Amino acid sequence: MSRAAVPSPPTPAPASTPASTPASTPTSASTPTERATPTERAVVGVHATARIRAARAGGTTVVPVLSGDGPFDLRRGRAHGDQARVCVLGTMTAPLGGDRLHIEATADHAAHLRITTAAATIALRGPTTAHATYDVHLRVAEHASLHWLPQPLISAARSNLRQSCTIDLAPTARLLLREEIVLGRSGEPPGRLSTRLSVRRDGRPVLEQQTGYGPGAPGWDGPAVLAGHRAVGQILIVDPALDRHPPRARLFGDNPATGQAVLTPLAGPALLITALAPDTMRLRRLLDAAHPIP
Amino acid sequence: MNRAALLVLADGRFPAGGHAHSGGAEEAITAGRVRDVADLREFCRGRLHTSGLVAAGLAAAAATGYDPLLLDEAADARTAAPALRRTSRRLGRQLLRAARATWPCAELDDLAATRPGGAHQSVVLGLTARGAGLLPVDAAYAAAYESISGPVAAAVRLLRLDPFDATAVLAHLAADIDHVAAQAAEAAQHVHTDGVAALPAASAPLLDLTAEQHATRPARLFAS
Repeated sequence: MSRAAVPSPPTPAPASTPASTPASTPTSASTPTERATPTERAVVGVHATARIRAARAGGTTVVPVLSGDGPFDLRRGRAHGDQARVCVLGTMTAPLGGDRLHIEATADHAAHLRITTAAATIALRGPTTAHATYDVHLRVAEHASLHWLPQPLISAARSNLRQSCTIDLAPTARLLLREEIVLGRSGEPPGRLSTRLSVRRDGRPVLEQQTGYGPGAPGWDGPAVLAGHRAVGQILIVDPALDRHPPRARLFGDNPATGQAVLTPLAGPALLITALAPDTMRLRRLLDAAHPIP
Repeated sequence: MNRAALLVLADGRFPAGGHAHSGGAEEAITAGRVRDVADLREFCRGRLHTSGLVAAGLAAAAATGYDPLLLDEAADARTAAPALRRTSRRLGRQLLRAARATWPCAELDDLAATRPGGAHQSVVLGLTARGAGLLPVDAAYAAAYESISGPVAAAVRLLRLDPFDATAVLAHLAADIDHVAAQAAEAAQHVHTDGVAALPAASAPLLDLTAEQHATRPARLFAS
């Protein structure tokens, strides 16, 4: 599939409504909408949505909905016990400035689903300085589980990306999420990157977290936020069993030069591991040590 | 309304226990990340635009009269590190005592009754501002300023900084405080229609990490 620069339509479409998706698509409440300036209207990016739905059938999980357009090519993997596995392949360079990308995944009642991506996602500048959006919305029903384990997100110099991940969990749902962010490719400064992670369980907030890195984010590289670290990652686990066995806070890595991580129990039945490292290799080592993912 | 109440509330001598806390500055100094006035300024800038902004948003929302228990829950979801949740509740409890004596009102009494272990400091601060007849933006100012005045006062003692230089750090960040307070007050206007998701949730990975590190240190001058 090739990317084509499309001339602007006579009336600019609202930024948060991808042209290729039906109007019924719920968009994340945190998706920022902005009035495009005339120069930003000159080029319209790719609008694409991937949809995944997993359902319980007999003793296993099936994937009745698996569709993606634009850069999203979705592949069924080999099932692992009663867990279905899906891999998102990126078939074009995305996100570039102006792109509007969505992933919507649902694990229905008692379904078990793991989603990975085949390669790192690299935010690049593209033909416009306008921001791109990449919104992920995950829903997990009663007694279901979802593993969201994408490859790293790399913020390349002069890129401008707003990423959000909104997760709605039923009271008995389980979640395993691992995300890694790399600020700049080797030897370059990062672009503008803002992220928002919103996790709700039974409609109540479990974790609400925004980050802003790169040009225009005050203090992002200072001693309170990243202090020169260029790779930051998280593992989030939500599991009702943690109510009975709440973990204790724990530190990993005692040398700030090679990276540090902390495991923190959240206020609900959830834990968050936050890791900071000079580069992606040392970040992975830290995250793997803190919580190996099978 | 009398605006002068803001001066009383934001005064470092207001007896709310803040002097025992460094807002992560002690650990940043111990780790060698803050060594001089320039480092302190960048530390404060980062703290102001992350946890300062979050506190300002929660305080402004509480000052609008929004349900303090929902805001308390929202503060939990915005505070990943348990050491920071404990500190915030401890400071909230101390502030609530001082506030109930200074500006007595039923809303403060209700919060003390429903959260005997302490509500989050930012929520108490907003409710106190409301009791004192201040506006949501005033509450945001008090929270934003508090997020950096504590670290600066602590750094003066820990690094033996010239107090004139340290105060200049606060003055240098005045425009940033204006910006953060305005952003927080604007977000708080949406909390009644959009719920707590409308409020800022900016996070600082190192503040979370070092808060847990600091909590394990047997010898420390400041509680946080």
